[in-house]
Amino acid sequence: MSKPLLEIKNLSIWFESFEGPLKVLDGVNMIVLPGEKVGLIGEMGCGKTTTMKAIAGILPVPPTIIRSGSILYQGEDLMKMNKKKSRQIRKKELSMIFQDPMSALNPVFTIGTQLHDIIKINEKKKGFIKGKSIQLLKEVLLPDPARILKNYPIQLSGGMRQRICIAMALINKGQILLADEPDTSLDVTIKEQIMKLLRELVGKYNKSIVLVSHALGTIKSLTDRVYVMYAGSMVEMASTQALFANPLHPYSKGLLEATPRLTGKGIGDGINGRIPEYVSPPNGCRFHPRCKEVMDVCRREKPSFFNVSKDHGVACFLFKNSRN
Amino acid sequence: MKILKNINNIGKYFRKGGNISRIFYKFSRNPLSVVGLILFCIIVLCAIFAQYLAPYPESAGAYVNFEEAKQPPSYKHFCGTDVLGRDILSRILFGTRYSLIMGIFVLLLIAPIGVTLGLIAGYFKGSWLEIIIMRVTDIFVSIPTLILALAICALLTPNLQNALLAISFSWWPWYTRLVYGLTSSLKEEYFVKLAEVSGANIAHILFREILPNFSGTILTKMTLDMGWVILTAANLSFVGLGIQPPTPDLGNMVADGALYLPELWWVAIFPALSIVLIVLSLNLLGDGISDIFGVERI
Repeated sequence: MSKPLLEIKNLSIWFESFEGPLKVLDGVNMIVLPGEKVGLIGEMGCGKTTTMKAIAGILPVPPTIIRSGSILYQGEDLMKMNKKKSRQIRKKELSMIFQDPMSALNPVFTIGTQLHDIIKINEKKKGFIKGKSIQLLKEVLLPDPARILKNYPIQLSGGMRQRICIAMALINKGQILLADEPDTSLDVTIKEQIMKLLRELVGKYNKSIVLVSHALGTIKSLTDRVYVMYAGSMVEMASTQALFANPLHPYSKGLLEATPRLTGKGIGDGINGRIPEYVSPPNGCRFHPRCKEVMDVCRREKPSFFNVSKDHGVACFLFKNSRN
Repeated sequence: MKILKNINNIGKYFRKGGNISRIFYKFSRNPLSVVGLILFCIIVLCAIFAQYLAPYPESAGAYVNFEEAKQPPSYKHFCGTDVLGRDILSRILFGTRYSLIMGIFVLLLIAPIGVTLGLIAGYFKGSWLEIIIMRVTDIFVSIPTLILALAICALLTPNLQNALLAISFSWWPWYTRLVYGLTSSLKEEYFVKLAEVSGANIAHILFREILPNFSGTILTKMTLDMGWVILTAANLSFVGLGIQPPTPDLGNMVADGALYLPELWWVAIFPALSIVLIVLSLNLLGDGISDIFGVERI
């Protein structure tokens, strides 16, 4: 196993609120290898975006309390080093695509100006900026780049804006691309195109990608390895093939069952209930109130990660004995 | 009303064309704002060329001519003369100049300061910076502007600069509060986050990403506020804490004239009317500017 590019160790993040702290992230562990495409799935509100924002370092500080944990980039702890240095590293190595292409572009500037700004921030040299912007827009398959440079975001459709966001993320020559649900606001035909585009471009620039998505199809076609997240911690980690073929954790099973299939057997039962309140989350395994195979030990203790096979780990007491 | 309709039609010629004509088209959809613009232009021109327009420029200084004193409006003196024989029209033209200087300089002084503080407080919401800036702002806002300006003026020597400082001192918190609210709603937008991830510095985020989003709101508020600043300045000189006689100022002219009401009505009424005209034109203009930017009324 090569040295991990990005490693998150036991990350716990709380948010202040009037009812008391929201205990959102509860010991997140995650590894991203160089050039690897990692997926992150889970219900909404289970802390996927919070994890992404923590990696990017853009959580608003007053409500956020970082309880413990570390984010290591090539062995260096981004949380412990001073702010200036960690910002330098993030600026150099990270780029991010946001959930909502509608608000990811500044409404008062033309696309050209915004691309120009980001290119200027990333590369200190002058000249060829316009040529470079046009080339970037061509790369994301936008028609008539010269005209689009003069347009304001409001004149473009959601898919076009999302492509521009991808183009912006590609300006950065860094190694990690955080894609936080890049497909949410797109319709099905555009989604397919954009995902294909993303896959090609990430392969071309040899970036690692962390992809958050609700669309399991997207995850299946784009990623090498998947983390399943529930209520602020990782419940299962497996190679994409292994997870889709043989999900182990009851939560993953339910999540995959809830997907309609072409074989026409209808949709499975899914999972009853919903994500717990974060003010007072359940003790022990946070999934136990919804779990069909709940045991006594689940109510008392939080399960640690048990490795079932070389590339398949699960945080559930059902698999305690299969530890190797 | 027919004239108003014609003015509205002028706007339609500008409908097609570049940016400037499009802006003017939006502006001219409300004919009253065109009236405001024209009125304001006339007032500014009068103020600039007061020396040449005034029939008796010497009236603006320390000048006494008892032979002509207390003349009612006539062809010789359009607005009559005061008890010292000074031509009211000439004094109004010069007084307008000081009113406009007051309005423009106060806003040029406070808008950048108030806006910057508001941006900082809004962007660092929840930190000690926000707490300090916003609590100080709250203290200032809790005292009525006019009372605060009067108090400060009373402490200092009454003259143009000190009146200007006093009004500025009591006016900046409104800009801070406005911009603070707008910034704190905008700072969680993804384009701001994107700039943060890209490694842009604070100045870039505040002044290039966030500020341009509400330049229209600020410009509208500045135009509307200018009228109120002029009115406040007139209030200050009315009670003798602003510009000192014999320098003509609309406020102290009204104060002088008030002593001779109702017999010498023209001494007080014409300066008062010109204050009304200035404030009215600025309000109409402000409405038009808010139409250009599509800003809601503030």
